[in-house]
Amino acid sequence: MSALLRIEDVSVHFPIRKGLLQRQVGAVRAVDSVTLELKKGEAFGLVGESGCGKTTLARAVLRLVDPTSGSIWFDGTNISGLTPKGLAPFRKRIAAIFQDPFSSLNPRQKSGQIIAEVLQVHNYDGDIKERVAELLSICGLAPRFADLYPHEMSGGQRQRVGIARALALDPELIVCDEAVSALDVSIQAQIINLLEELRVKFGLTYLFIGHDLSVVRHLCDRIAVMYLGRIMETGTAEELFDNPKHPYTKALIDAVPAPNFDNEDAPQAEALKGEIPSPLAPPSGCVFHTRCPIAFDRCSKVVPDITRLGKTHAAACFALSNSEAPS
Amino acid sequence: MSLLEIQDLTVALHQDGTETDLVRGISYTIEPGETLALVGESGSGKSVSSLAVMGLLAKSLNVTSGSVTFDGQDLLSLSKEEMRKIRGRDISMVFQEPMTSLNPVRSIGSQIIESIEENLNLTRAQAQSRALDLLKEVGVADPERRLKQYPHHFSGGMRQRVMIAIALAADPKLIIADEPTTALDVTIQAQILDLMARVCRDHGTAMVLITHNLGIVARYADRVNVMYGGRIVETGRARDIYTAPRHPYTDGLLRSIPRLDQDRNAPLRPIPGNPADPFTTISGCRFHPRCDHAQAPCRDMVPNFKNGLACHFPLEVAQKEALS
Repeated sequence: MSALLRIEDVSVHFPIRKGLLQRQVGAVRAVDSVTLELKKGEAFGLVGESGCGKTTLARAVLRLVDPTSGSIWFDGTNISGLTPKGLAPFRKRIAAIFQDPFSSLNPRQKSGQIIAEVLQVHNYDGDIKERVAELLSICGLAPRFADLYPHEMSGGQRQRVGIARALALDPELIVCDEAVSALDVSIQAQIINLLEELRVKFGLTYLFIGHDLSVVRHLCDRIAVMYLGRIMETGTAEELFDNPKHPYTKALIDAVPAPNFDNEDAPQAEALKGEIPSPLAPPSGCVFHTRCPIAFDRCSKVVPDITRLGKTHAAACFALSNSEAPS
Repeated sequence: MSLLEIQDLTVALHQDGTETDLVRGISYTIEPGETLALVGESGSGKSVSSLAVMGLLAKSLNVTSGSVTFDGQDLLSLSKEEMRKIRGRDISMVFQEPMTSLNPVRSIGSQIIESIEENLNLTRAQAQSRALDLLKEVGVADPERRLKQYPHHFSGGMRQRVMIAIALAADPKLIIADEPTTALDVTIQAQILDLMARVCRDHGTAMVLITHNLGIVARYADRVNVMYGGRIVETGRARDIYTAPRHPYTDGLLRSIPRLDQDRNAPLRPIPGNPADPFTTISGCRFHPRCDHAQAPCRDMVPNFKNGLACHFPLEVAQKEALS
């Protein structure tokens, strides 16, 4: 399998300007030197807490923000340097599904118009009405839904319209930003199953951004864990969840509330202490060292490189190679 | 005697001259020191029923029947003034969004002290020192400095700690926590839930924990009420509900969530359709249009709530095994 998307050493920094001359006084390092590769047909998950840069990275892939440095390659072309005109053909091939289907759908348009608009903008040459009906049916909605406004539909139905819109131009890559987070539990499962079905049916590649670890584990073949703009660990779902190596990955997994009926008084595995530091002034060295239970001297001074642990497994932590570290 | 006893509580919404029941006759009790979870999806009535207990229903909502007895006192017969005294002193509440439930233009200290002075007969100095103790208890570092700060100086998790400090101010007997960690990050969520469990244990405080997260229920609740369409459909010990649900809705919820303790390729079996809309008339059991096990009586008759279950055809353990 070849790489469909390659994110190469991408950083996204937002300048902070102050004063009359709007001089730059600092930068929010939302994404810092991230390298990732998505193979054709795989579902790749990005997990992390608020401010970790997962959404910014997704927006960079969609070219909604421009990377400060680094390049983004889609199917062999560097799309980070393209002009809007040069980018146009790639806009068809990369689609997006957002978290809140209520704010990502125009409230004054019927769902049929919402989907048709995408087709019109890209000069679709078939019968638009037919295509809209087909897309709705692919997403499990009867044709009559084309005549409904977003407020006339439930949250799950709106998300189905959002998915139908994303599928309109037969994309190859879909960026799903918290696509199931706002939905009720029973509906969330319907949408997860729909996304899985569509991936197989159309050979889609997903970049799936989420904060719910169990959802990402279920849906994604490979996963990257981000913290304060940096990748902490990448691996297959099995590697990350059965054999996490980075202390942050371990802490994230331990923080998921799970039943503990046999020993009800035992606290949930030691919750990670402290707060997520501000990305305005990220800690020196390893960004996680201020909350890390096993941090040692070097962690606050040097940024750890991503170390290969296996064919697909890699992590950025000194404890994995350093003998002075507790294991 | 139970700390809180709710009998046949019905809450209706009055809008455009019509009356719609949002809570349809629920009954439950909570014992001192116990944590009871209310689980359900949007529109299940879990929040509205709790606001009714607190006497905080919006104008368009009112209790049309039933009783709420707290510590031997009928809460629904109390005047607004009497109810205000109970709130904060005996029952307090923690909401989902700590940013909107704190006053942005007043210091954290003044908000905690207000709630102490309102409910306890203390001098200003005593209230000050209690505020410090409370902030320490909920794990806010450097409390002297933090008391003078404003809500925007606090992160989401820290604000929720402040809300818990305010809720604890008068050492209430019951805390109602409505999705207290839904807006927080996973690692912060674990900190806050552990904190709430610890303070409830240390103070012998009972808690109603409203959530949609079944993992939280399994980890932190003693007992669970599963709500659907304004009714309680199943109630029981958290362990029994989680490992051997009897109501098809509870079972459906559990099959809908991916779980870390299961094979990641185990298929999810979502419940078909959408959660019951309170404004739609549904005959019989409100879950029947989405239920795989529904039969004729489910359409015609509302199932009685007995032995902790409201279902005409509850799942048998054997039947569940055959299905899975």
